[in-house]
Amino acid sequence: MKNSFLSIVGVENVKYSQAHMLAYSYDATANFQAMPDLVLSPRSTQEIVEIVKICAKEQIPIVPRGSGTNLAAGTVPTQGGIVLLFNNMSEILELDKENLTVTVQPGVITQDLSNYVESNGLFYPPDPSSMKISTIGGNVSENSGGLRGLKYGVTKDYVKALTVVTPAGEVMKLGGKLAKDVAGYDLLSLLVGSEGTLGVITEITLKLIPLPIAKKTGIAYFNSLEDAAETVSAIIANRIIPVTLEFMDKGTIGAVEDFMKIGLPREAEAMLLMEQDGNDKQVDEDIQKMIAIAKENGATSAILAASEEESDILKTGRRAALSALSRKRPTTILEDATVPRSEIAKMVKAIQEIALKHDLQISTFGHAGDGNLHPTCLTDVRDQEEMARVEKALEEIFQVAIELGGTITGEHGVGEMKAPYLEWKLGTVGMNLMRTIKQSIDPQNIMNPGKIFAKETKKRLVIHGGN
Amino acid sequence: MVVTELQQRMQESFKDNVDEEYLMDCMRCGFCLPACPTYLVTNKDEIHSPRGRIALMKGMRDGDVVWDGSVEESFDMCLGCRACEPACPAGVQYGVLLEETRVAIEQVKTKSVVEKAVRKSTFDGVFADQKKMAGAVKLVQFYQKSGLQTVTRKIGFLNLFPPFMKEMEAVLPAIESKKKRATPSEPKTTTVAFFTGCLMDTLFQETNRKTIELLESLGVDVMIPKEQQCCGALHGHSGELEKGLRNARTNVDAFDSDSFDFIVNNAGGCGAFLSEYEKHLQSDTAYAEKTTRFSRKMIDISSLLVKLGLNERLKEIQVESKAIVTYQDSCHLRNVNKVFLEPRTLLQDAPGFEYKELIDAGSCCGSAGIYNILQPEMAKKILDLKMKGVKELQPAKVVTSNPGCLMQMQVGIQREGLEKEMQAVHIVDFLYDAIYKNQN
Repeated sequence: MKNSFLSIVGVENVKYSQAHMLAYSYDATANFQAMPDLVLSPRSTQEIVEIVKICAKEQIPIVPRGSGTNLAAGTVPTQGGIVLLFNNMSEILELDKENLTVTVQPGVITQDLSNYVESNGLFYPPDPSSMKISTIGGNVSENSGGLRGLKYGVTKDYVKALTVVTPAGEVMKLGGKLAKDVAGYDLLSLLVGSEGTLGVITEITLKLIPLPIAKKTGIAYFNSLEDAAETVSAIIANRIIPVTLEFMDKGTIGAVEDFMKIGLPREAEAMLLMEQDGNDKQVDEDIQKMIAIAKENGATSAILAASEEESDILKTGRRAALSALSRKRPTTILEDATVPRSEIAKMVKAIQEIALKHDLQISTFGHAGDGNLHPTCLTDVRDQEEMARVEKALEEIFQVAIELGGTITGEHGVGEMKAPYLEWKLGTVGMNLMRTIKQSIDPQNIMNPGKIFAKETKKRLVIHGGN
Repeated sequence: MVVTELQQRMQESFKDNVDEEYLMDCMRCGFCLPACPTYLVTNKDEIHSPRGRIALMKGMRDGDVVWDGSVEESFDMCLGCRACEPACPAGVQYGVLLEETRVAIEQVKTKSVVEKAVRKSTFDGVFADQKKMAGAVKLVQFYQKSGLQTVTRKIGFLNLFPPFMKEMEAVLPAIESKKKRATPSEPKTTTVAFFTGCLMDTLFQETNRKTIELLESLGVDVMIPKEQQCCGALHGHSGELEKGLRNARTNVDAFDSDSFDFIVNNAGGCGAFLSEYEKHLQSDTAYAEKTTRFSRKMIDISSLLVKLGLNERLKEIQVESKAIVTYQDSCHLRNVNKVFLEPRTLLQDAPGFEYKELIDAGSCCGSAGIYNILQPEMAKKILDLKMKGVKELQPAKVVTSNPGCLMQMQVGIQREGLEKEMQAVHIVDFLYDAIYKNQN
């Protein structure tokens, strides 16, 4: 079997040593690990077609993997099989300045793409915190969000066309550079965020927009979480849609300060990072207004970042929040609970109560502007008793999020980690429809099996925290 | 799978030597990946990344993998440049983990004849004893002076050695005999003890002489404690930590005096290990206090020169800027001791030159102690990547802060056939020439 793959991709692109199997047995999700049987680095769509055909015939699972930064165990090969890498498919193929699109192979690093288009005066807005490491293919598969989601949306809002190898080993082209296209079912949208369960994405065309001329950043510190949450609501109510409105609680501020040493006030209960882009005048007006609103809502300090460097440092700090938090305890479990932004204050409060109730350390940061919060539980996977409490607390957090009109994941995807909770969000009818779709496209269940669809759904709780 | 006795002992050794708590600090976020030179030059191979290596360390400890060539290769390939540490938001102490891993391996592994020979002659031989080092250098000196160098180069004697050794031989500096120092005139305001370093005091004697002269010209009284030895970094980074610490204790004793303000060193690699004596000897009650004093006084030459106001003096020398000068960071100076602004400050003010930043100046050049001898292929790839940036910039001088980097960059320049256009120099030599050649 190994030999057939070897003849497809070449000897240097097949990995099967023990060290390699271990090195591709994980992603950034805590507490998930499983060994693959083989790691392949194909060089073209055609090679992927040939690989998939063998896998379909022999019923071998395929797990496509970018840089393995995802946080819902979406790229852990829990059923064994092949981990498919894109390190040999990382070319930027075409920049189309007339249609404002860029066409890339899936292995391009998000930051490299962003830098490339910006050097051409264009802008690709999705900016997941892992953008220095993550690949575009991974972003499309997970429908990644980022710090600019509030104003510019997420990855799906920029995907114009895809080349996909189906689980039967056929090549399918979806979408195109055109602005309008309503021919049939929107299969393009179905594939974006499908987490590698419906096919292998081998080419991506993305929409670009003009690069905003100016941007400015404001920072506000608060004595209470409620004041920060009120500020978020008030900014939106004042009809400002900032590009970024990021929130960090006290625990997160302390952790980021430990890493960056940039002088964040450890005593502050919450901080908001507010950024606006656009033309000079509008940016200036909006940022001043946001600073004023923060002050009106009890900010102990609200100021303009002194320079672009300072604002970059603050954003880098925010992007590092999750990893920085992990300094405190051996295991870090991050959640992705998302609510309508009007419910942010309630959600943050509920998280605090749940942490208290279960005697756990949970810090929260996230994209306050779009309601996407990241409650992060600091624990120790070796302490089984505590891990049981963690699981209970996370269940309660999902429960509250759904009751507030929210969801179990805003930008990380379901993967294997959140699969048992998906039915809470979708209901039985939704789950059945999704299962039917998966089965009709991938009847042999070879594409990233075990992800999105859990064997069993968690029983919903009767008693819960929050309201 | 049959687990051999060696594999079992190796796992035990990992359990005994590699700290589980440090391993648990890694949350696998991958922020280290773009910072790791070996990950980048291997077309993003996860086993050659810090995250992958930590997973393997944990795998070894937990018994999820057994010791084999593939696991060994992953650890061997690591440069130990520690660029992953500043990039890691989770604060993983990768340097400690790597040292512990190498100790774990060293205690169990049977080594090849060649590696044994290299280790024996380096760790127990020249690098353990300053006199032996001096002796070895005398031999090189004789070899250079006697005309043997020219002869051996001609008859291809060196073809018998691995290719990298040959290239290294070609860039060995011409060794000068120890000269009497010029008598300094200014009144002394600061007293420093000079950590001369074993390579720096022999192969790069000239640089040490200039270091002392520069310091003296800035009003510094320079003392050289005689009992000092090799810093022990090479031992520590190769799994021979105990031997390294033997040197550490000798050095702490040699420098244990109230009569100086700083202990200065001019080799980035040594400087990092010297400043980490504190960490290594903290549980040694006889040495903890002395070592803390020692490490706190440690300063690298660039930082000290800036502190003493050398850059102000450089500014006073008016010479038209013509050539480009650039800087290749010493990984350990940058990533461990966090010194990267000071050398740049000095170079920006150097008369006669325009400073331009080298692309990825902070990434390793591939020298990394004796890495370029043990892993010549990988070292070559890393150096080739580095030289791409150098060729783009076309500097007249590539300034470095560590003897290993200096020789490595010189090898790179020679390999590209650029030795007529540019030169790799130690920062002290560069500054010395910038002052004295332009002043008189």
